[in-house]
This record gives sequence, C-alpha cells and structure tokens, in this order.
Amino acid sequence: MPRETAAISVGADDVAIAIARHAKVAGDNIELIRNGSWGATWLEPLVEVAVDDQRIAYGNVEASNIPGLFTAGFLSGGEHAKRIGPTVEIPYLINQDRWTFWRCGLIDPLSIDDFRAHHGFKALEKALDIGAQSVIDAVKDSGLRGRGGAGFPTGIKWQTVADVQSEQKYIACNADEGDSGTFSDRILMEGDPLGLIESMAIAGFAVGADRGYIYLRSEYPLTHRILSRAIEVARDNGWLGDDIQGSGFDFDIELHLGAGSYVCGEETAMLESLEGKPGIVRYKPPLPAFEGLFGQPTVVNNVVTLASVANIVNIGSEKYASFGVDRSKGTLAFQLAGNIKRGGLVEKGFGITLREVIEDWGGGTASGRPVKAVQVGGPLGAYLPAEQLDTPLTYEAFIEIGAMVGHGGIVVFDDTADMALQARFAMEFCSIESCGKCTPCRIGSTRGAEVIDKIVAGENRDENLELLVELCDTMEDASLCAMGGMTPYPVRSVLKHFAGDFSSAGSADA
Amino acid sequence: MTATAYDKQVASEIIARFDARGEMLVQILQAFIERFAWIPEDAVRQLADELNLSRAEVHGVVSYYHDFRTTPPGKRIVKICQAEACQAMGSRELSAHAEKSLGVAMNASNADITLEPVYCLGNCACSPAVMVDGKTYGRVSRQQFDDIVATSGDAS
Repeated sequence: MPRETAAISVGADDVAIAIARHAKVAGDNIELIRNGSWGATWLEPLVEVAVDDQRIAYGNVEASNIPGLFTAGFLSGGEHAKRIGPTVEIPYLINQDRWTFWRCGLIDPLSIDDFRAHHGFKALEKALDIGAQSVIDAVKDSGLRGRGGAGFPTGIKWQTVADVQSEQKYIACNADEGDSGTFSDRILMEGDPLGLIESMAIAGFAVGADRGYIYLRSEYPLTHRILSRAIEVARDNGWLGDDIQGSGFDFDIELHLGAGSYVCGEETAMLESLEGKPGIVRYKPPLPAFEGLFGQPTVVNNVVTLASVANIVNIGSEKYASFGVDRSKGTLAFQLAGNIKRGGLVEKGFGITLREVIEDWGGGTASGRPVKAVQVGGPLGAYLPAEQLDTPLTYEAFIEIGAMVGHGGIVVFDDTADMALQARFAMEFCSIESCGKCTPCRIGSTRGAEVIDKIVAGENRDENLELLVELCDTMEDASLCAMGGMTPYPVRSVLKHFAGDFSSAGSADA
Repeated sequence: MTATAYDKQVASEIIARFDARGEMLVQILQAFIERFAWIPEDAVRQLADELNLSRAEVHGVVSYYHDFRTTPPGKRIVKICQAEACQAMGSRELSAHAEKSLGVAMNASNADITLEPVYCLGNCACSPAVMVDGKTYGRVSRQQFDDIVATSGDAS
C-alpha cells in the first residue's frame, strides 16, 4: 500500500486504515507495508497482496471496497472486480526500461534491509573499490546528461569539479521540481530515498566532496518527511557520516526546504537560496563547478540525474548507453499528466515517440476527446500540435522543432483548450515567478500578458502580433536565465500552431 | 494550520535549533511558518538581531518567497494548483467554484479560510490537485472540493 503523495491524494491512507481495521476484526494476521509507488498513478490507490512470493495487485481501491475485498478473499489473491493480477504482469510496467526507478514500488523505502537486499549500497562499495576517476569515467561513458532539463553531460561536470583544487567541495541535489507535469523526482525520493542518498555519496566520493545538500521544494511535505527519515536511517547504519563503513570516506547530507519560488530550480538561484538569501539568479561565469555554494566548487545535479548514477556503476556504462539514440543515451522517466487517461511515470529509453507514450501508455485523453496540444518539458516548453506527435523523444529531435524534452513532463490538452489563454499564462507565470534581476524577464513578461490581451480583444491585431514576436526575441536574447529566456517558447509555439485561438472569439471551437 | 501569537521565546529557541547561522535564514523562516503560520514584523527585527543581519536583508528574504506570508492566514489554508497540468483538467473552473463557495477571492483570507494559488503540487497525474493544511488531494471535482473543505479540520 503506497505511502506516496499521489496515492494518498486519492485515498491510500484511508484504504490502509480500512484494511488494518478489517483484518483486526476478522482476526487475519497481516503485515501492512507502506511502499513507494510503481508510478502507475492511474491505478492508485493500488493495493498489492503478497501471496506465495507473488504480488497480486488490486487497482483504484476505495475504503468502501474493503469489506467486499475481504469477503472475496483478497488476502489470498481472490477474484474481485478490482483485481488486476500479478504486478509483474501489468503491461504499463513491464514494457518500460526501468533502470533508475526499478526499486520504486518494489521495496519498503525506509528499510535498510530491504534496500540492501535489492543491491542497495553495492554501487557505493564498488565505487570506493574502483576509485574516483573510474567512477567519473563510467559516468562519462554512459552518456548521462542532466535530467533536470538542461541536458548538460554529467561526467564532464563531475570531471571539472574533481579537477579543481579546493579544500571544500559540495554536492548540491536539485529537488526543486517546479515544472508542471513533472513528478519523477518526487516518486523517486518517496519510493527510493536511500538510492538517492547512495548516489549522492558516490558523487561526493568521485569529485572529493564531503558534504551534500538536497534542496527540496516546500510543496512536497510528505517527501520531506520520508527523505528526512531516510537520511537518519542511512546515518544510523553508517552509510552517511564520518568514515563510511570504515572506508575513510566522509560524507553527510543536509536537507533544505525551498519556500515556494519556481526560479529556485535554476541552479544559481538554488545556491543563493541554500545560502539563506533570496533566490535571485547569478551571472555565469563563474560556473558553479568552479564557484558554487559558498563560493566553493559544487556539483549541481537534479535528483534523477544523481539517482541514475548508482545504477550506471552497477550495470556498467555500456549497458546503460545501449538504451537511447544519438546523443540522448540511457533512459528518461517520462511523466504523463494533465488530460490523460492513464497518467503516471514511464521510464523508457530515449527515442520512443510522443505518440507511443501518450497512446500506448496513456491511452489518450481522460475526457475521450481528441488531443489538441501537448506541452513537453514544463511551463517553458513548447505546445506541440497533434501533427507533431510522431516526434521521437530525444534532446536533438526536440531542439529541431523548437521544443525541449526538459525534465520529461508531458501535459496533454484536449480540443476544448484555449491556447491563447495558455500563451497568456506562460507570460503571467513568468511575471509571477521572475526573480526580477534582469529587465527582459521582469518587465517583458508583464508586457507580454498585456499584449496578448490586446490581441485577443482584437485591438490593433497585426501590430500587436508583431510586437509580441519582437518581445519574444528580446526576452530570448537578453534574459539572464531560462525563466525569461524560454518563456517565449510556449508563446511562439501557440502563435505558430494555434494562431486561430488568438481571434477575439476565444476559440474553443475555432 | 492556525495562526498563533508570535512568541519571542519560542522564536529564539527555533533560531538556536539552527545554531543562529545566517545561511539558515530560509530554513528558520520555514520553521516560523510551521509554528506561527505567518511572519510578523517583530520576527524580522528579532531575526536581524539574532542572526546579525540587517533588517533589509531579512526583509528581502521574507518578501522574496511566496511561502512567507506577512499577514495572518485564516484557520484553514486552501491552495489550488494553477499550473498547466491542472489547467488541462479544469483548475480554472475549480478555482472559480472555490472562490464562490468559500466567499473568498484567490490570494485573500477571511477568519476561516485563506485561498492561495500554488504552481504545481507534483500531483499532475491526478489533476486537478488541491492542498488543504498541508495535505494534498487529487482528482478533485467541485463536489469533492466542497467535501474536503467541509470535513478537514485544522490539524496537520
């Protein structure tokens, strides 16, 4: 029974309580384990019953179903309308390439024994054995690129920090997962927090850092509780702290909370926030690899990037790089969200098309209406029309069509969506979240929303459309970071693919 | 989450828990929010004193982050996600419904309720999402919204 935000948000706690109560009354002796989520979110609350070494899944269970389930003998896998069958046979899960998320759903996230029984800390032991440079080489050879959105080669970043001479270096894990439509960091931190801790320790060992920070957004209170506890568990068992397992390697992690600022997901704004300051972006250079947290060399990586490392060390870079295509190596955890029938997390090698993910996994829209637009890569990502659904999900193919894969979030809209409203929202969101340091972002976003209002109202339409394009140029060329620099992406994509929605009619049926 | 009177002694204890380190200011303010639900002007003065920062520096941090509200909230804090995934599932309509049924505008409070926008709760596969007193709800219909707000206490 998952103890995970999405599952609980649709009643998992109530179901767990009902099961415990009912078992007590019925005199059934059960052990109730709160695992992470498998990521088949559309089936939540998903109850699994272990019967003879097999886990039988029951999906979309409500507390009111529990008496009936007991009557149906679900403790021994009995037949019931909610019964799906063995978890290992659910097509949504078995057709994935689950390398980074493989423990999510499988194990008790806070049990060190369960973690150890599933290769936990094996990669750290191996890293300590093969040495720092071999770890960095493995990460380089794997082709791993930053999964937070920017796609920078992770191994090169690590090498840079490793090569800088400094008394103090840091690992800063970016867990400020602010993009709408993304939740893979959260699912990982709730389902396999020790896996993240292990990978951070490996990163620390590789570059010569003895201190790590996790910057977690405050919108994830349950994640905060689970991660805090996991850090304690790791410390209590000698996997964090001084002289880890007698290896002579020291590494510890401090967990920091954000405070509701989207731009703090930008790496330098995050570093400012970690230093207790307003999350205002820094000029680059210097890069954080040279002067990062408190002015020291710092590896800044996203949660999924870091968590991929333990597995790369375990299975080898060659195996990892055998997934994916071109310079998009390995797997990405795609997240199906918005108006989608079967939303959830799908870890798959790069190169699968958007259509395959949305149709084969997602089953189309939740409303049953045609797909009108898909926003990939968060609020700064382009809106793609249905005609572009056959684009393969790779960094390269998306750049080619003026879009980005980003953190792998896929938000589906049906044909009732008013895309002019979505373009306006992109500008409005930027004006709300801009840190204010650079003018194109701070002022441009406000003016952008105003201009879109005028266009929709039919006021000097042609001139204002031209003005909007000019404004987009300015924001793209002159903003300090991706906030202002990429807000034009969704706006331009609407201008290009959904221009009809800018007519004063509004446009749901244009 | 109920706003409680600001208590300098309690505030001092929280600051001490973070070793009065200036770089922990965001963390200390989060702890204040958890304890008092808002950041009064007295807190800004005290933080400046005890962390050896200027009041402008503390004010700069308080005013920068959305979480650090400077007016006392209502007894319950209701946040409705306004980001794209939830928009695709009717969060605009849900927000309009909430404003009407609660009698509070977005970004406003009365004694009972504070209604705030939030930009993503990471529950995008269960849109639209709502958070009430720190607890996240998914697949929220208008009817469910009314039920959640009616039944949730201010425990957390």
